[in-house]
Amino acid sequence: MKINDLLNHTSQWLKGTGPNSDIVISSRIRLARNLNKYPFPHWASKAQLEEILEKISEAMFKIDMLKSSTLFKLADLDAIDKQFLVERHLMSIEHSQKTDYKAVLVDDEEIIAVMINEEDHLRIQLMQSGFNLFEARDIINRLDDALSGLLDYAYLDDFGYLTACPTNTGTGMRGSVMLHLPALVMSRQIERVLAAIAKLSFTTRGLYGEGTQASGNFFQISNQVSLGHGEDEIIENINGLIRQIIEQEAQARQILLSKNKEVLEDRINRSLGILKSARIITSQETIELLSMVRLGSDLGMIKDIDRRTINELFIITQPAHLQKLENKKLSSDERDLKRAQLIRKKLNLL
Amino acid sequence: MLCDICKKNPATVHLTEIIDEQMNELHLCEDCARHKSAAMEQQFGLSDLLAGMADFEKPNKDDENVAVKCPNCNLTYADFKKVGRLGCGECYSAFRKYLAPLLKRIHGSNQHVGKSPLKGKTVSKPGKKKVDLGNLKAEMQRAIQREDFEEAARLRDQIKKVSSEQDNV
Repeated sequence: MKINDLLNHTSQWLKGTGPNSDIVISSRIRLARNLNKYPFPHWASKAQLEEILEKISEAMFKIDMLKSSTLFKLADLDAIDKQFLVERHLMSIEHSQKTDYKAVLVDDEEIIAVMINEEDHLRIQLMQSGFNLFEARDIINRLDDALSGLLDYAYLDDFGYLTACPTNTGTGMRGSVMLHLPALVMSRQIERVLAAIAKLSFTTRGLYGEGTQASGNFFQISNQVSLGHGEDEIIENINGLIRQIIEQEAQARQILLSKNKEVLEDRINRSLGILKSARIITSQETIELLSMVRLGSDLGMIKDIDRRTINELFIITQPAHLQKLENKKLSSDERDLKRAQLIRKKLNLL
Repeated sequence: MLCDICKKNPATVHLTEIIDEQMNELHLCEDCARHKSAAMEQQFGLSDLLAGMADFEKPNKDDENVAVKCPNCNLTYADFKKVGRLGCGECYSAFRKYLAPLLKRIHGSNQHVGKSPLKGKTVSKPGKKKVDLGNLKAEMQRAIQREDFEEAARLRDQIKKVSSEQDNV
């Protein structure tokens, strides 16, 4: 697989399928793992980083589950390619910077992504469409077991998996769920919900993980604690919390429908109208309007545009995707023009 | 010590911000800390608080612990406090005395109960391995849900065995 092959392909997690996919975009689990004795990436020499990358890639090529995967060395990629992988949620923003001896392994379906030499030697990620943490857990567990049979992990019986940052020590696991909560935002209940989440030691982040702002009514919620609870218990806890938030969002949607139907319909259709006719549009405005269109589709107010098309638009209207589609560098102004053109094409053809 | 912002109330919250490896310490009262954290919102992750948390150790212990060095990677505890990242897996053994309470503050526990790797365990205390009953029970519930009763029965027996073993300890 070449990086450009991803362009004509919809990631499994964007397909808009899976349980509760009207409210949950995707479920993700990541494991932080390190090799025994080797310094963590920030403390390792170039020679050590090279050796680590070598060792890990060698092990990965032996694993059946990773047969249809491709390893991208970041030093071989240009800035647009790197941003492209970030936009597809295949690696972190942090990973795209200072790229010596860093790599990311991606499988054909974009379900598995493994970052090598990010904050830890290994960051194994598994993405599923919809609310599907248990399936994600099962797959990532098998992959982790296979890798741990080949690689000597840094692990202590009492502290668990040892990570560069003590916030990840123990299971090294972070489960997170990307939620679309427009009704909770519109009814101004979101602050209350987010405050409750924080009290329960869960974190809320924006679309692109650590340090990013919530936009387009998207919230990524994940566990904060990784030590002292088993993996299954952590997943059960997130699962229970997310279930409650889904219920609250569904309720808020029903209340909006029964009390403010005309206003809601107006807002949703105006958003669609702008997307269908705008000639210049920024990515921020796109995300906000698409969020309303997605809500319209989920509520049955918009019937001719499916969730998958909307999900795809969120990704392909991002800067690096636009530039790859056009196959050239575009300035911010050029992108706003091209973005509007692409959206018109996708939405009016339907 | 008085709060750095209002200079009126006693400082009870100690923050260490690290921006581009520049460390900045703030000592705040609860009210100002709340305002400050509201202003910082999501830009401020838990990991950023770490170096600050490490400082919760009594100040007079500092001289002793900063000099401790990991024999494997040569990172000192002072380095860790500066960058908030450990140097290698061995650091956890080298700084065990300081990390155990720190981990407890971060996670509410410093005892791992989850899975373990198949190969190359660096066993610290043999025979002390705990099996997580919660995990087993959840696993059993799911086996029942998918009507895999054979697996559920196997897990039930395992739970029985583990809980009687743990009772006997």
